Amino acid sequence: MAAAWLVARKDLAIEFRTRTAFFSALVFSVLAITIFYFAWDPSVVTPTDRAPGVLWVVLTFSALLGLQRSFALEEHDRGIDALLVSPIARESIYLGKAIGNLIFLCAIQVIAIPALALFYNMPVGRPLLVVSGIVLLAMIGIVAVGTLFSAMAVNTRLAELLLPMLSLPFFVPVLMNAAQAATHIFAGRPVAEVSHLLKILIAFDIVFVTACTLAFPFTLEE
Amino acid sequence: MSPSSSSSTVALPESKPIFDWFFALAVASVVGIFIRAIYFTPLEALQGAAQKIYYVHVPSAVGAYIAVSITALSALTYLWLRDERADRMAEASAEVGLIFTTMVLITGPLWAHRIWGAWWAWWDLRLTLTLFLWFLIIGYLILRGAIEDPAMRARYSAVLAVLAVLVIPFIHLSVYFQSAGLHPKPIVLQPEKPKLPGEMLTTFLLSMCAFSLFCLALIRARYRLGVDRDRLAILEAERGL
Repeated sequence: MAAAWLVARKDLAIEFRTRTAFFSALVFSVLAITIFYFAWDPSVVTPTDRAPGVLWVVLTFSALLGLQRSFALEEHDRGIDALLVSPIARESIYLGKAIGNLIFLCAIQVIAIPALALFYNMPVGRPLLVVSGIVLLAMIGIVAVGTLFSAMAVNTRLAELLLPMLSLPFFVPVLMNAAQAATHIFAGRPVAEVSHLLKILIAFDIVFVTACTLAFPFTLEE
Repeated sequence: MSPSSSSSTVALPESKPIFDWFFALAVASVVGIFIRAIYFTPLEALQGAAQKIYYVHVPSAVGAYIAVSITALSALTYLWLRDERADRMAEASAEVGLIFTTMVLITGPLWAHRIWGAWWAWWDLRLTLTLFLWFLIIGYLILRGAIEDPAMRARYSAVLAVLAVLVIPFIHLSVYFQSAGLHPKPIVLQPEKPKLPGEMLTTFLLSMCAFSLFCLALIRARYRLGVDRDRLAILEAERGL
């Protein structure tokens, strides 16, 4: 775990020094939030009704953008080889990468979710906090699967094209439950009403963090 | 491309004759079942001729399940034993699974449009699940196509197949919680006697057999193609082509 934290810190330090990926993902998110405002007729669908939908579309694609660079970063100068020869368990490399990705994506959401609330006149306060919690649960699942597929995709001929094709079917249960839960919360329903959806999200996170950690060494083996 | 790395020390099986009796039998039985279903099975009282698609739709779904289960089992076997035959089997059955799933997805909306009055119903569990299964198989085959090194291709695709097995129950559960479901409850596999009238039941069961046979014959043929392809690659490498 300590080794995993080292790998995560390394990735975040690289990101913090350049900040290119962070700003491009952030600008993408805010741009998409504003542009999607015009995708519906405001007199037919109210902004409060479409905000949850926009939230999940933007979140999914900004996550794909962020995950993309996770292992693409290592391809440059074959940094991955250095990681592999270092005395770190491969599971730790995966967990480190995943933690780095999770922090990176959460940092984007910290700005994107308030931006959404601002532009769509959403209720601030408790509902927004609960939805942020749901977003975090969804992010863990997305990052678990996405980090593994990102490691696989960089080694293929299609590279960045492959990641969405492999990941999106796996995001289906996450998005379905998280989006339904968030819609209910935004509509002012109590958390107890969506607890079964949240349980599926938590189960997904546990199963896929475990499975992907165990599967990761198979994708490196030379 | 380094085909020789795929062939550790295992001697490749001999090439088989071109004519495939098993395949011919499977094709003949599918043709036979079409004739029986169209000309020798009575019309359903409410749905009329539209119901006849049942004899293709459900057996195709069973074929898809067979093929996909073989892919999953082969992938697990590959990760465990690292036997390239398991990888070839996974590849063959995934391709056949794609064909059968596609058949289900084509015949389904055709029937649904006539009987439910809509091509597509998102909150129907089996429909949505089949669609995502189709996407998973396509992703699997695209991944295979994007990797040149045979050992890496085998490992990556096996990992993907095993994860797909894990995600299917989650998709199932997610749709289940929000679905009304338009598909009928089981008509043949139920505790009491099947509700299907005798002649229709016979056609249906024969059709199940014919399609399962066809599915296995396709997988077998595709597997043998894989063997021949790898043989050719090794021969070419030996001759320095």
